[in-house]
Amino acid sequence: MMQNLPWLFLVLPLAAAAVDWLLLARSPRAAAGVSIASALVTLALCIAYLCGMQTGAPAAYAWFPAQGFDLNLGLLMDALSMKMMLVVTGIGALVHIFSLGYMKGDPSNLSRYFAGLSIFMFSMSCIVLADSLVLTFIGWEMVGFSSYLLIGHWYHKDAAADAAKKAFITNRVGDFGFLIGILLTLGIFGSLHYADMAGHMKVAAGSPVLTAAMLCLFCGAVGKSAQFPLHVWLPDAMEGPTPVSALIHAATMVAAGVYMLVRLQVSMGLDAFTDTACCVIAGIGAITALLSALMAAQQDDIKRVLAYSTLSQLGYMIMAVGLLAGEAAMFHLYTHAWFKALLFLAAGAIIVRCHHEQYIWNMGGLRKKMPLTVLCFLSGTCALVAVPGFSGFFSKESILEAAWERSLPLFILGIIVAAFTTFYMVRLCLVAFCGKARTHEAEQAHEPGFTMLAPLFVLAILSIISGYGFVADQLVPYAEFHAESAEWSATLFAGLGALIVGGGLAWLIYGRPASLAAKSDPLGANRFSRVLRQRLYIDAFYDRVLVGGVQYWFSCLVSCVDDGIIRRLIGQGLGLLTAWAGHLLGRIQDGSLRGYTMMTALGVLILMLILIILF
Amino acid sequence: MTPLSHYLIFSALLFSIGLSGAIMRRNVLVVLMCLELMLTGANVALVAFSRAQGLEGVPVYDAQVLALFVMAIAAAEVAVGLALIVAMFRARRGVESTSLTSLKD
Repeated sequence: MMQNLPWLFLVLPLAAAAVDWLLLARSPRAAAGVSIASALVTLALCIAYLCGMQTGAPAAYAWFPAQGFDLNLGLLMDALSMKMMLVVTGIGALVHIFSLGYMKGDPSNLSRYFAGLSIFMFSMSCIVLADSLVLTFIGWEMVGFSSYLLIGHWYHKDAAADAAKKAFITNRVGDFGFLIGILLTLGIFGSLHYADMAGHMKVAAGSPVLTAAMLCLFCGAVGKSAQFPLHVWLPDAMEGPTPVSALIHAATMVAAGVYMLVRLQVSMGLDAFTDTACCVIAGIGAITALLSALMAAQQDDIKRVLAYSTLSQLGYMIMAVGLLAGEAAMFHLYTHAWFKALLFLAAGAIIVRCHHEQYIWNMGGLRKKMPLTVLCFLSGTCALVAVPGFSGFFSKESILEAAWERSLPLFILGIIVAAFTTFYMVRLCLVAFCGKARTHEAEQAHEPGFTMLAPLFVLAILSIISGYGFVADQLVPYAEFHAESAEWSATLFAGLGALIVGGGLAWLIYGRPASLAAKSDPLGANRFSRVLRQRLYIDAFYDRVLVGGVQYWFSCLVSCVDDGIIRRLIGQGLGLLTAWAGHLLGRIQDGSLRGYTMMTALGVLILMLILIILF
Repeated sequence: MTPLSHYLIFSALLFSIGLSGAIMRRNVLVVLMCLELMLTGANVALVAFSRAQGLEGVPVYDAQVLALFVMAIAAAEVAVGLALIVAMFRARRGVESTSLTSLKD
């Protein structure tokens, strides 16, 4: 009985979601209580396991046993998954609590909101604890679904409904590749269970099939972790409630792609990641990091800046995976989860206190109005831009070091991205927090309540200390992880240089009194800035070419078949034919009795003739 | 003994006369009589076959039973048909089949 305790990680949130949805639809307070209780219990369970509680391997559930191919759904309880669970349940619990304050007074149905959060916790736990690609895929689709629900929580807003649809459809593109990758994996390894993969590769290392399989699996990560060219959904997903953005679109779900790739690296072995695949993975990661850092530099919506920054940090992680530095990727995933959740939650607190104002040029002077929140935001910022001593510094260093060892171009790209990261974060902080309040709403802002501040404090502490060896060695989701102490190396100097250059540049542009009083970006008229504001025209390109082009012409073709063949030819055509035949045959029914008799007689005669001729 | 073919020709003649009458005449009463002629023609054929198929002067009675059935049904039909015709005559003062067009109009 005790050995099946880990199944609670899945059952509890699912049950909470069901209860919220089915029984407590009219009592949001009770629904919130149920969801928060389930999040806290799973967190406690996770901490208990990490403290050394042993319950033996949980029993696997035989889903469909077939001859020679038994599909079992089981849980994998190793350092990687359990420490990842700590990140998921930890941030999950904090976000649940924060939501209480954030959603207070919101007219939408809060039971639906908390049911969505719980179902997300269930799906994410599914991905993290899965012992086979099948269960991972189930969780994969389920997080997509819950993300859809939560982005579209305010579905009466067109932008939110569209963003939810965009996220779901874009993810489907990646998931399609992922599914093919899973089938290829089954062919190559003969099993989908992570434990049975190592050493069972049936093809030669470096063979094209293996590359294809890896790239298809990577497709899934491209969709879920919003890598170029499927990154377009993540910034739009900011239409959802901010705690959701913190939990799903910053800390956990979007990191699932990285987690899945690292899980594959651990279980398949590094041989499985062929040179070509690694090149593509690292390249896509670096491109995403660079492009989204550029786009973040000219966003005016506080959440969008953070969204693009998430994209760029995910790019770092994917790059690390491509460089075969799984431990660096997981290290950054782990620190990023804390500080990005912190940044989003602090941004959420600011947004709520500014009466749902997200445009940073309408803020200003907030450091005096809500100093604690701003302090938390700043500690998150310091971690993100890798100020020495904060958690992000250690993890970013480890990624940059991996790049330094293996590929100089990627290292240079990484440094450029780091400089841009500092630039846009310093810009954001200067505009939103310094100077004077630009609007009446910002003037009235004040500190949020305890339910919102408490999670911020916890996360702020974690985003400062989580990078140090004594914490990281215990908590980074990787077996046998050892944080290396910082040395005076080339990467350190390059990182510090990027920090100073980016920060200094932002200070020069946005720190001037004129900029601090401006109501819009002083660089806004610049042609380069316009391109960045238009998101490098990638979204517009998709709108034109995919939606306006391919989809339009395809819909024309479909409507040709639908309207021309099915409606006109089959629907109307057959109808007309029947009517015409009926009209013609109706002439025979003229009501003359003699005519009928004649017909009958003639018919009999003809039948007789036929019979005589035939027999 | 008269050969079978004579009976059959006779039966076919009766049937044809009946049929042509049923087709061509307008008077429903005559049409009914013509129908009787057609049935009689069929009966003649049945009885003729019954004799022809029999052995040593004993006919096959199956066909004759059938002929009796036909006669019984013809009698019933006439009873009903005549009643209809009388009703029709009362309603319309005539028994012309071409005048039965009230549904069509």
